Amino acid sequence: MTYFPEEVVEHIFSFLPAQRDRNAVSLVCKVWYEVERLSRRHVFVGNCYAVRPDRVVLRFPNVRALSVKGKPHFADFNLVPPDWGGYAGPWIEAAARGCVGLEELRMKRMVVSDESLELLAKSFPRFRALILVSCEGFSTDGLAAIASHCKLLRELDLQENEVDDRGPRWLSCFPDSCTSLASLNFACIKGEVNAGALERLVARSPNLRSLRLNRSVSVDTLSKILMRTPNLEDLGTGNLTEDFQTESYQRLTVALEKCKMLKSLSGFWDASPLCVPCIYPVCAQLTGLNLSYAPTLESSDLTKMISHCVKLQRLWVLDCIADKGLQVVASTCKDLQELRVFPSEFYIAGYSPVTEEGLVAISAGCPKLSSLLYFCHQMTNAALITIAKNCPNFTRFRLCILEPGKPDAMTNQPLDEGFGAIVRECEGLRRLSISGLLTDKVFMHIGRHAKQLEMLSIAFAGDSDAGMMHVMEGCKNLRKLEIRDSPFGDAALLGNVAKYETMRSLWMSSCTVTEKGCQVLASKMPMLNVEVINEVDESSEMDESHGGLPKVHKLYVYRTIAGPRDDAPDFVKIL
Amino acid sequence: MSTSSNESPAVSGLDYDDTALTLALPGSSPNDRKPAVGWPPVRAYRRNALREEGACKLVKVAVDGAPYLRKVDLAAHGGYEALLRALYGMFAPCLAVVRGDGELGCRLLDAGTGAEYVPTYEDRDGDWMLVGDVPWKMFVESCKRIRLMKTSESASLAPSPSSQR
Repeated sequence: MTYFPEEVVEHIFSFLPAQRDRNAVSLVCKVWYEVERLSRRHVFVGNCYAVRPDRVVLRFPNVRALSVKGKPHFADFNLVPPDWGGYAGPWIEAAARGCVGLEELRMKRMVVSDESLELLAKSFPRFRALILVSCEGFSTDGLAAIASHCKLLRELDLQENEVDDRGPRWLSCFPDSCTSLASLNFACIKGEVNAGALERLVARSPNLRSLRLNRSVSVDTLSKILMRTPNLEDLGTGNLTEDFQTESYQRLTVALEKCKMLKSLSGFWDASPLCVPCIYPVCAQLTGLNLSYAPTLESSDLTKMISHCVKLQRLWVLDCIADKGLQVVASTCKDLQELRVFPSEFYIAGYSPVTEEGLVAISAGCPKLSSLLYFCHQMTNAALITIAKNCPNFTRFRLCILEPGKPDAMTNQPLDEGFGAIVRECEGLRRLSISGLLTDKVFMHIGRHAKQLEMLSIAFAGDSDAGMMHVMEGCKNLRKLEIRDSPFGDAALLGNVAKYETMRSLWMSSCTVTEKGCQVLASKMPMLNVEVINEVDESSEMDESHGGLPKVHKLYVYRTIAGPRDDAPDFVKIL
Repeated sequence: MSTSSNESPAVSGLDYDDTALTLALPGSSPNDRKPAVGWPPVRAYRRNALREEGACKLVKVAVDGAPYLRKVDLAAHGGYEALLRALYGMFAPCLAVVRGDGELGCRLLDAGTGAEYVPTYEDRDGDWMLVGDVPWKMFVESCKRIRLMKTSESASLAPSPSSQR
C-alpha cells in the first residue's frame, strides 16, 4: 500500500466513514496517519475533557463536522452541580483558529454562551448545521447571531436546551436571502415567536423537511404553515389546547392531509383531547410519534390515535396510556422498534398506571422491539423472563421501577433473575439500566453474559464490592459505567484499574468510596482524571466516616490525554 | 395489579382512592426524609415542560356515570365558569352546559336525561365541598380532585361555609 500515491490511499479511506476504522488505519504508519488526518471529515469527541481542542484542530484541519459531548449523563438528573464545566467556548475558538471549513457542529450537555454562538456565526463561511442537545448558557440573542450570519444555514436543531428567552426578534433575523433551511427545531424556546416572520421564513424555504415548533405557535399559524410545506417529513406541533375552535382544527386537518410525506409527529404540548381526531388522516403513514408532553390525554384518547398508526416504529408516550393502552400498541404497531414510556407524575409514591403487564404485551406483539425506556411502578422476574424470550433483539434496555429497591411484585424476591434473562437472551445488548431490588447476583449475570454492553446505569442496587467487580471483569466492551446510591467502595474502585483506560468514564455518587481510594487510583493511573466533587450543602449523613475516612459524595473518572483541566470550579478536586 | 379500595362509593367502578393525590415519597410514609435527588431519572427539561411555567395544577376529574377520568389544569383557567366550560369540553358527549346564576355562571347537565350535575371537590383536609363556595384562588390552592356528582348524592356533603345553597 505504501507504493500507492497518496490520492489513491485517500480515496480508499473515503470508504471508511466510521471513526473507529479511521482511528485504526491512522496507526498503521506515518504516511497513512498523514493521509488520514488531512482527509478526515467527521470528528466525534465523546468527552470534551479527554483531549484539548487545539490538538484536535491541529490534527484534523479539514474537518467538516465536529461533535462534542460535555457533562456526564447523570447531569440530566441534577446530579452534577451547576458550573461543573463542559464549556463550548474553547472548542469554538479553536475551530475558528484552525478549521475554517467547518460546516457542522453538534454539541450535547455543554455550556454554550452567546459570545461563542456569535463567534461561530462569523467564523465559518460554509457553516450549515448547528445541533445543540441538552445545552445551556445561551439566549435567543445567540440564535439571532446564527440566523443573521450563517448564509448557508440548512439545519438549526435545538433539542431540550435551557435557553434564556429575550424575545421573538431572533426568528426575524433570518435574512430574506436565506432560502436553504431544511430543518428547524425551536421547540425548547419558551416564549412567543412572530407568527408572520415564521410564515414568511417557511414560505421561502422550499427544502424544509423537518419543522418543530414551540408551544406559542397557534393552530391557525400551524395550518397556514402546513399549506406551504406539503413535503414536510417531520413535524412538531405548536399549541393544541384551544377550546372548540373547530374551524381552526378543520383547517389543520385539511393542511395535514396534504402532507403525504409526513412520517414523524411530535409536540402535542398539553394537547386537548378535542384536537386528537384532527391528526387521524396522517396516522397511517407515521413511523414516529411523540406524545410524551401531553399529560391531559387519557388512555382512551391515546389508543384511539395509536390504533390508526399501523406503520409506527418509534413511540414516545406518557404512562397515562396504561397497560390496556399498551395492549392496543402491541396489537397495532407490528413494526415497533423503539418505545419510551415516561412517568406523568413524579411525586406520587411510586404509582404509575403502567406495570409489567403492559411491557409483556408489547414484547409479545412487537418482536422487532430493540430500544426500550420504561418507567413503571412494579415488575416481576416472570415478566422479564417472558419479555427476554419474546424480544431477543434488544440493543437498549432501560427499566426504571419508580420506587427504589422494590422487589418482584409477586414473589417479593430480588429481580436478579429477570435481568439475568435479559442479558442472556439479548446478545446484542449495548445499553442497560437496571432498577428494583437487586443483589450482587444480577451483576454476576451481567458480567457473565453482557459481552456487547457499552453503557450500564446502576441505582440503589447490589450488596457489596463484588457486584461492581463482576461488571468490571466481565463486560469487555464497557465504555460508560454510572452508579448511584449503591454499596460499592474502594475495593471495587481499585479492583481493575487498567480497565478505566479502555472506558470513556466512570461515575459514582452516594457510594462508599473514600478519598484515600481515589488518591490511590489517581496515583496508579496518571492518564485518568479523577474528579472528586464535594458540595458544601449536602446533607450531613454523607459526611459520616467509613472506616475512619471521609466518604466521597461524587466521583467522576475519565481517561484523558489533556491532563487535569484548568477550568474546574472550587468544589471539584482533581487528584 | 389491583388497587385497594376500602370504601368505594356506589358509583360505576371508579376507584376514588385512585384519584387521591398524595405527596407520599418513594417507598416511605409522608413526613419522612426528602426524596432522592434526581429520582426518578427524568431529564430536568422534561420535568419542567410537564409542569409548565406559572405552576400548572393538574387535578383528576370524575363524572358520575362516565367510564373514564380526565385531568384538568386549574391554573389554566381564570375562574369557575371557565373551568366548568372546560369540563364540558372534556366530557362533551355526556354533558350539556346551560347558563346559570350564582358563582359558577353556568350549570352542567346530563346530555341524555337533563339531570343536573353538582360540581364538588375534595379539599386538602379530605372534605368534599361544593365547587364555588370559596374564592377562586382559594379553590385552586386547596382542591385535590373534582367530582361531578349526580344531585341525589350531593345531599350528604359537608355543609358549605356560605349561608346560601
